[in-house]
Amino acid sequence: MESMLQPVAELFGPAWPVVWTLLKIVAIIAPLMLAVAYLTLAERKVIGYMQVRIGPNRVGPAGLLQPIADGLKLMFKEVIVPSGASKGLYILGPILALAPALAAWAVIPFDDGFVLANINAGLLFLLAIMSVEVYGVLIAGWASNSKYPFLGAMRASAQMVSYEVSMGFALICVLLIAGSLNLTDIVNSQGSGRFADMGLGFLSWNWLPLLPMFVVYVISGIAETNRAPFDVVEGEAEVVAGHMVEYSGMAFALFFLGEYANMILVSMLTALLFLGGWLSPVGFLPDGFHWLVLKTAFFLFLFLWARATFPRFRYDHIMRLGWKVFIPITLTWVFVVAVWMMSPLSIWR
Amino acid sequence: MEFKTFVFYFLSAVMLLAALRVITVRNPVHAALFLVLTFFSAGGIWLLLQAEFLAVVLVLVYVGAVMVLFLFVVMMLDINLDRLRERFWSYLPVGALVGVLLLVEMVMVLGGSYFGLDEMPTPAPVDASYSNTRELGLVLYTDYVYAFELAALVLLVAMVAAVTLTLRKRKGVRYLDPAAQVSVRAKDRIEVLKMPAEKE
Repeated sequence: MESMLQPVAELFGPAWPVVWTLLKIVAIIAPLMLAVAYLTLAERKVIGYMQVRIGPNRVGPAGLLQPIADGLKLMFKEVIVPSGASKGLYILGPILALAPALAAWAVIPFDDGFVLANINAGLLFLLAIMSVEVYGVLIAGWASNSKYPFLGAMRASAQMVSYEVSMGFALICVLLIAGSLNLTDIVNSQGSGRFADMGLGFLSWNWLPLLPMFVVYVISGIAETNRAPFDVVEGEAEVVAGHMVEYSGMAFALFFLGEYANMILVSMLTALLFLGGWLSPVGFLPDGFHWLVLKTAFFLFLFLWARATFPRFRYDHIMRLGWKVFIPITLTWVFVVAVWMMSPLSIWR
Repeated sequence: MEFKTFVFYFLSAVMLLAALRVITVRNPVHAALFLVLTFFSAGGIWLLLQAEFLAVVLVLVYVGAVMVLFLFVVMMLDINLDRLRERFWSYLPVGALVGVLLLVEMVMVLGGSYFGLDEMPTPAPVDASYSNTRELGLVLYTDYVYAFELAALVLLVAMVAAVTLTLRKRKGVRYLDPAAQVSVRAKDRIEVLKMPAEKE
């Protein structure tokens, strides 16, 4: 690969590393945006069938061009700025909602060695980036200078800060076991063990020894991305659409892109941290990128399934679940895993 | 100019400008957001110094948690700018005194003969496998474990104190117990009676 690109590299001279990195970024973002577009279609289709409807089926064959049509429509709409809004921040809000959701992909490995930035503190970087995500909602809610967005922003900040804590503790358990903050190392550490030697790799992935953490992480992930049944931030029955009320056109679309990119990110992270990423579940099949896609798709389906199944949580129940249920469970499990690792019964030697 | 030097000056410029805006901007929400930008640039500078753990933790803790809660409060304030500036002159002497004190301390630390640049040896360059997180963890849990535990204890006491100060027990409050709600069965609520059919 490197030798093939040598003549191109000489053409660009010293600017080549920048150009090469930009090309890699495009190679990640472009499929991601396409995945986001088709995730919206998948959502409408899946929920449609779960509710005994057909879902969108008019634009293109079987409705396959629907997301493209939606995107084009939003692109040509006017972005209206309310007269009482804080203009600079009003524009900054949607940008900050999308930017962290894209920045996090820098450290996601897609296969052994296929990663944009293979940094040591990858998991920490992800935690930091995900904690910045709340600013988009917060700024949009305040800058709109309107009551419903403001209520939405208040809810968002409290909810996301709360669930970040339990998510962080679940990740601490994972990195205790893996002994590394590097995502590639974390995935590779799941590929060995008694069951993996027997050819049953899926039993030595992190989900089994860390089952409670796995469940907590998935639920916190849904809460962190503000998806149903934790979507009180935009809860249309109470605060109309929360922080998005005053937005139109592409500014509104950016919130949507951010939300769906985040869903894909959390699903892929769950697959990487708890389900062995690109590792094959059984010994006789080769490892590869397709396994990661399959596992991510499963969690994305779970997101949609949950939305079609559960009624929205009441706000105080969300807070209670986060602080009084998840945090004690995760704190206890960090302790249990640490003791387990030091005891003679440890399975990670 | 080396690229690293350029990045350093860029981040420093952003940080200084943002820090200046924190105290000059009129709206407290804008000020808080500029403080966020300041923290972010500081994190970038720490990254340049290969202190990735500190940089990420700065963003995680200050930007991701502290400033969010801070904004949460500031956004809800009803801000009257005229009232805020009313007492400006009466507070000026105290503020000026603190400012001068800080300036003197900084000059003593940065330019003095104890900690000045000339007194400090250039840190040895580290190889790619060096993990700042690991090194910090090793030092924190071995050499400085007592200080670390003490700090944790102080924080815990502060937390308990904050909760106790704001906790108010009110009498006659009715609330739902989720555990009781979940464990409810049909026979707790409904009684099915058997009655003989009445004939006319």
